[in-house]
Amino acid sequence: MGDLIHLILSGTATGAIYALAALGFTLLWQAAGVINFAQGEFVMLPAFAMLFFIAVGAPLWLSFLLTCAVAMVVLGYGFKRVIVDPLIKHGVIPLVIATLGLSIAVKSIVRAGYSAEAHPFPSAFPAGQLSLGGIAVSYADIGTLVLAGLIVIGLQMFLNKTVTGRAMQAVAQNTDAARVLGIDVKRMVLYVFLINAVLSVVAALLVTPTYLAKFDMGDSIGQKAFFAAIIGGFNQTRGALLGGVLIGILENVVGFYVSPAYKEGVALVLFLAVILFRPEGLLGKAEERKV
Amino acid sequence: MNAQMKTGILVASLVVVAVVASFAKRSDVYLLTLYCVYLMATFGLNLTVGYAGQMSLGQAAFFGIGAYVAAIALKAGVPFLLVLPISAIACFVVGLALGFPALRVQHHYLAFATLGFNVLVYLVMRNEEKLTGGTFGISGIPRPSLFGVSFDGPLAFFFFTFVSLIILAFFLWWLLRSPWGRAFAALRDNPIRAESLGVNITAYTLLAFAIGAACAGIGGVYYASLVEFIEPGPFHFSTSLTMLLAVIVGGSGRFFGPVIGTIIIILLPELLRSTNVSWLKFMQTWYLAVFGVAVVALMIWLPGGILSIGDRFKSKEVAK
Repeated sequence: MGDLIHLILSGTATGAIYALAALGFTLLWQAAGVINFAQGEFVMLPAFAMLFFIAVGAPLWLSFLLTCAVAMVVLGYGFKRVIVDPLIKHGVIPLVIATLGLSIAVKSIVRAGYSAEAHPFPSAFPAGQLSLGGIAVSYADIGTLVLAGLIVIGLQMFLNKTVTGRAMQAVAQNTDAARVLGIDVKRMVLYVFLINAVLSVVAALLVTPTYLAKFDMGDSIGQKAFFAAIIGGFNQTRGALLGGVLIGILENVVGFYVSPAYKEGVALVLFLAVILFRPEGLLGKAEERKV
Repeated sequence: MNAQMKTGILVASLVVVAVVASFAKRSDVYLLTLYCVYLMATFGLNLTVGYAGQMSLGQAAFFGIGAYVAAIALKAGVPFLLVLPISAIACFVVGLALGFPALRVQHHYLAFATLGFNVLVYLVMRNEEKLTGGTFGISGIPRPSLFGVSFDGPLAFFFFTFVSLIILAFFLWWLLRSPWGRAFAALRDNPIRAESLGVNITAYTLLAFAIGAACAGIGGVYYASLVEFIEPGPFHFSTSLTMLLAVIVGGSGRFFGPVIGTIIIILLPELLRSTNVSWLKFMQTWYLAVFGVAVVALMIWLPGGILSIGDRFKSKEVAK
């Protein structure tokens, strides 16, 4: 029993990280109609950026803040202007292909231009474990849960309680109606790209101590983000959270009780089951087809 | 250009390839055979992507299933001509089973499902050591001999693969010209209109996907026989990605698009590897990076792929 609780707790922590990446993915899809296949690389790049700032002498918190700023410019604004804006008018597929190309390019540039090795990454939380009634929980897991939880709650509050947040939701639900109501659609879409960039940096900060900074570290986290988003419901922000945590926990349980070798397959099986029985996702609402 | 001229050019280029191969170095013959093998898989993928309009990111998994089934069956002494349909049907059935849930929903779901499927297949290849040999793979896969003729030598095996590729391509061409194949294009261009005309969207896309998978399976059989040793590496999902990009870059939905695209992903990197020109050596490490950037640029400026350049000029002339 103690094992199981431990697995669920650390699985929730891992799942919270997936949820962060999935959240950005869902927001992009809702507000801008963008499926970003380079989402994993959007986590990998900040990891290397933080390592760079640490190497030139900045402490971790400062590196994190600096990377957030750089990511907002490059992965937020730059990604939107250079790749999304010229392509979005051609429809979803060319953009998907372009982000696939971007993913290969970014990975190969890091590999050829910097390093193919895995680099250790400092944890934001102290080492060691906390013992709660006989169940050991590492500080890293607790810290991850708290930080990811705060960010998700903060984002939900921003989206639901502030005027800007509600305007962003309006854009996501119906772009034309939002425009008629006088909402600056372009600006709201830009905000979504900026939020996605920051979420990726936070995910990088939390995941890299265990994944290590490597050019292909984004493969796995990117896939988990897609699956989490669809399992929870592609048109629901809360869905990404549920999907992420569900994958995190099930991966841990399967890895421990069934076989660690097939841990990576859990997300796919869950995804196939969901689209077979509930294609709109666990929390999603069925969408009418546009003719 | 009329149809006769096109046929003439096609036959002439096939003859040129055959003549070049006959006088080429042993390593170049191997490379050409490898190209033909990958072309089988990308031709199949073009059916799924270009004609049925579906994104598939799992072609390497079907390629791998074909290769592993072939390796195990050929080593058990099953004749090559029997292995071919076994692998093709295996991939066809797996394709149906995977495509059924994914194609009931929106089109990009197939991309995610196939991507995850490829990861899973790779894990099975690596972990089920009893069946697949794990990371050590399967070695000593025999090359075929048909009706008493052995295709063991590099050149003989090249011609065997080359002729098989032409037969496969001809079959696909015939399939696309049939009323059944015309329905694919109708589907891709306007699914709702196609449906109202009585085309069963799900059944057709599912079949296109499964046939595409079967082509990869056939390619896998030749791959196993060519390399004579297989391990999980070549069937990683990154291969699926480059295969998909090959189809798109060449020009998806154009019959000869994969011919160009596969040159870019298979022949060019290998030729660069063996080059002695110093500035080209730089490209060896940076090839994929340049390729990725080129794909992004191509999508922005020429979303129809390389073979659509001609149309681009034509439409400009008309506009004048």
